Amino acid sequence: MPGMKLSLNRVAEPIGGSPAQSRPLQSPGAAADIPVKAEIRNVGFHYGKFQALKNISLPLRDRRVTAFIGPSGCGKSTLLRVLNRIYELYPGQTASGEVFVDGENILAPGLDLNIVRAKIGMVFQKPTPFPMSIYDNVAFGIRLYEKLPKSELAGRVESALRRAALWAEVKDKLYQSGLSLSGGQQQRLCIARAIAVRPEVLLLDEPASALDPISTQRIEELIAELKPDYCIAIVTHNMQQAARCSDYTAFMYLGELVEFDETERMFTHPREKRTEDYITGRFG
Amino acid sequence: MSALPIAQQRKLTSVLWTVICGVFATGVAIVLLLIMGYIIREGYSAISLSFLTRLPRPTGISGGGVANGIVGTLIIVGIAALMAFPVGVLVGTYLAVYSHKRVAQLLSFVADALAGVPSIAVGIYAYTLLVEPFRHFSAFSASFAFAVLMVPLVIRATEGAIALVPRELREAATALGAPESRVVLKILLVAARPGIITGLLLSLARVTGETAPLLFTAFGSQYWELSPGQPMAELSLQIFTYAISPYADWHAQAWGGALLLIVAVFVLSVLARLSILLGRDGRGDGGTV
Repeated sequence: MPGMKLSLNRVAEPIGGSPAQSRPLQSPGAAADIPVKAEIRNVGFHYGKFQALKNISLPLRDRRVTAFIGPSGCGKSTLLRVLNRIYELYPGQTASGEVFVDGENILAPGLDLNIVRAKIGMVFQKPTPFPMSIYDNVAFGIRLYEKLPKSELAGRVESALRRAALWAEVKDKLYQSGLSLSGGQQQRLCIARAIAVRPEVLLLDEPASALDPISTQRIEELIAELKPDYCIAIVTHNMQQAARCSDYTAFMYLGELVEFDETERMFTHPREKRTEDYITGRFG
Repeated sequence: MSALPIAQQRKLTSVLWTVICGVFATGVAIVLLLIMGYIIREGYSAISLSFLTRLPRPTGISGGGVANGIVGTLIIVGIAALMAFPVGVLVGTYLAVYSHKRVAQLLSFVADALAGVPSIAVGIYAYTLLVEPFRHFSAFSASFAFAVLMVPLVIRATEGAIALVPRELREAATALGAPESRVVLKILLVAARPGIITGLLLSLARVTGETAPLLFTAFGSQYWELSPGQPMAELSLQIFTYAISPYADWHAQAWGGALLLIVAVFVLSVLARLSILLGRDGRGDGGTV
């Protein structure tokens, strides 16, 4: 049975990534040099008989943000949920095609799904703090696969909360329930929880759509800070957010990938008419 | 009526229905208060320290009590709870987590059907299973009958409570790579805990005061008995025995016992209510940012 190589090397790295691996941001046009972390190839998806995704192929580049935009129902969230196979909780939902992460097809049968999901983290639209203390929320994922002494665990929790820009607000109440935080704080807690396990890919499904503008801005700043260490894919219905946060954008419509390009180019010179119509607001 | 403008008509209809609802609600409340008031009035005089601490005495001799019945009720219901709670919670959890499976749907239906079985039928079943083969009555057979009555309630409450946990919570835990057992134990059951506890308390309230199954299982006793393998006194059974007797002093004791039972069930119901409210309070609201 092909097992997922849980990259133990990753676990031992300091959170900022080792110096040899961090690259200066490339200028647009040098796309070919940036390594591809996840290759989505001919992916299709069915909810029962209904086909929600048709033959999607695109690369997700490492240390970059790829945004998925499109009108409601176009399949962007569905595609994201294929990437960590979360749809398998529900019978009747099936995916086809391949997704190669570091050369290994994560849609292959026989893989340990839990390991796949530990490597590919996801943050959902609705903040979902677990019914436990803030500390336990962040430690939950770490405790699943690592046996750490208390001091080390506390250090990991603190660093995750710092990276999620939440530490200052919760450091004095780590043992209060995660549910006692505000909406924006809860979402940052969910992000801290997701990055505490040091995934390699981070999937964000409309992470700020349930939040007020100030929290949204914080989350967008957070994404920029996290970018050098993760391959980030973000689904957003807010085009301006995609233009602000991402390096690459994929425009989807009715289950198809209409256009995929560098963000700056897509928003200034879209190639497809449908893309242009959507971006200029002719339909929404 | 048609002479009035539409807005007026609507307002009138609304007031009419509100009044009707209010009348019925008040009616129900009055009935409840009447029953409780009547039992309190009739039973109050029987309650005394000796009533609560002494064994029953023959009619005509004063100072008898229902102490063995109180203890017996606690033992029988306690053992029933030990049997019913784990089974009910585990089955309810299974039904909620695997609700899409055919087996689960069938089991859910069976649990619902079991909830409707008359308690006397359950008593006869317990008699056939646990009394006849052993040739004597026992408290354990009564606990078994009670457990059969409690399990469907616990299953339904647990299944319902877990089904109410938002599925994003389950997805979020799964997305971290948590195996199903962790998701269920650490997330789902914890989130559903208030609802489950309410279900447990309500199942206790259901069997406290059930009399019919006890007729063929615990059988009753005049003496102290702590062993579950023996026939045992039980409060509702004693009420029954005293109530159908021709003796006035035993009637008074029956009222006293009835008052004790009503108080016990009332306290359980209030606790069940509180457990919902307290469960909700755990979720504070910290504001917007």
